[in-house]
Amino acid sequence: MSAHLLTEVTIFILAVFVGLEVISKVPTTLHTPLMSATNAIHGIVLVGAILVAGTLDAPFNAIVGFILVVLASLNVFGGYTVTERMLQMFRPKAPAPKPTEGAK
Amino acid sequence: MTAVDTALANPVDVAYLATAILFILGLRYLSSPKTARLGNRISAVGMLIAVVATLTQGIVNWYVIGAGLVLGAVVGIVSAQRVKMTAMPQMVAIFNGAGGGAAALVAAGELLKYTNSGAPISYDISFTSMLTAVIGAISFAGSIVAFLKLQEVMTGRPITYPGQQVVNALVLLVILVTWGMVVAGVQPILEWFWIALPAAFLLGILFVLPIGGADMPVVISLLNSFTGLAAASTGFVLGNNVLIVSGALVGASGTLLTVLMGKAMNRSITNVLFGAFGAVKSGGAAAGTKGGQNVRSVSADDVAAMLAYANQVIVVPGYGMAVAQAQHSIRELAEQLEKKGVEVKYAIHPVAGRMPGHMNVLLAEANVPYTSLYDMDDINPEFERSDVALVVGANDVTNPAAREDKGSPIYGMPILNVDKANNVVVLKRSMASGFAGIDNPLYDDPKTVMLFGDAKKSIDGVVAGVKAL
Repeated sequence: MSAHLLTEVTIFILAVFVGLEVISKVPTTLHTPLMSATNAIHGIVLVGAILVAGTLDAPFNAIVGFILVVLASLNVFGGYTVTERMLQMFRPKAPAPKPTEGAK
Repeated sequence: MTAVDTALANPVDVAYLATAILFILGLRYLSSPKTARLGNRISAVGMLIAVVATLTQGIVNWYVIGAGLVLGAVVGIVSAQRVKMTAMPQMVAIFNGAGGGAAALVAAGELLKYTNSGAPISYDISFTSMLTAVIGAISFAGSIVAFLKLQEVMTGRPITYPGQQVVNALVLLVILVTWGMVVAGVQPILEWFWIALPAAFLLGILFVLPIGGADMPVVISLLNSFTGLAAASTGFVLGNNVLIVSGALVGASGTLLTVLMGKAMNRSITNVLFGAFGAVKSGGAAAGTKGGQNVRSVSADDVAAMLAYANQVIVVPGYGMAVAQAQHSIRELAEQLEKKGVEVKYAIHPVAGRMPGHMNVLLAEANVPYTSLYDMDDINPEFERSDVALVVGANDVTNPAAREDKGSPIYGMPILNVDKANNVVVLKRSMASGFAGIDNPLYDDPKTVMLFGDAKKSIDGVVAGVKAL
């Protein structure tokens, strides 16, 4: 293991602890939005996708790159949209009944 | 990203640092439903910064990137807008799989690049590339199987066959050997890699096949954590800190949820993954023969009267509520009851439904305030003080055998103490046993009555009954 990788592993482990600390405070009622929010966050792999796909040139590689960017982009945009949609439904008190809201 | 110490930091790396901070803050704001939306937006801003910063890095293939981004965005946004709240577990599985697949392909792309250029590959790169590819492919394939099960394209029952563990072990062995070959630099490296990648894909399929529908909350959480780890590992391959930090956050979240779900079922993760629970077990079958199931069936009007004259009613929703789309009708029933001075609370078991928090989202969709939703530990002491417990499509999480019958396969699983309420009303489609194939003694209890039929139609009938009173 190079010194460089060791530094990265250190960053990883510290981030895991930060993650555990922050996420243990999320109430159970928000666990589904939490999953979908973290889902959106791992869409950060889009950064990797752009870096890799942006510099591949052989035709076969371009196909791999394209699929790669589509998957990551789907993950990011879908993830944030669906989380937003869910979170806007959580209300502390029942407002005047709006039966049309979100039906089917 | 190896810079000489005296050189100024690359502005792109500074942007990545900002992204990492925004992600952490975004998750922090998820600690309350009041600030959660802000949190999601903060996180989205972080994402935007990272993507824009990355686009400034010597990109040659603009058309590939542009077309990919747009296609992914359109499909992602449209499906996220259209999906029904009851189908949320499937949607999460799909996005999760997309992330895992992308991570695996990033690793593939990096290896391609190294082998095309003929540059030597360091152990660090080859090892972490294989790690990324394997975890990513497992997550991708596992998520697809989970999606197919949740969507009921394939059976939600566990799929088992003789020698299953042996097959899994062999596939794992293939992965480990090819992994070793790549790291050792045995030529041709790419060919080894192209064996390892489909093998990992196959393992992903094989490991989710034997897992049944009711165990999906554990599997979805676990796959979530896998994709997080794959993303972090991509960061090791590319030497990119924002990938490492973000992946670690997701991995931590998925792991925490996996452990919580396992606890809520009183089962270890290995038991969920390898136990093929729900495949008919001898203990469960034996229990099935006892008791004549002396159940009392009643009409919707009877239930209406019982509820309307109660002081406190606790609603216990389960997967059956999601299947019947009964959440809107339940909210209407609660409103009618509250008009008559009845207090209505909701008891949510951690593994009710198909993913963590599934019931909460459905009830939120139906405008039920989250302040009326109670966790298991908070609501259990309340059942004794309640006149009626209304069980809507939940079964195993209310089964008193988990508390009392040492021979029961679900013995030791924490349950909602529904049987402690003065009266119990169970809404059920039929007398078929629950997912675990275990009889529920709750239904034989003299204070329990059953209202058979589709949960939504049943509740609508009760609402009409309450209004007529």
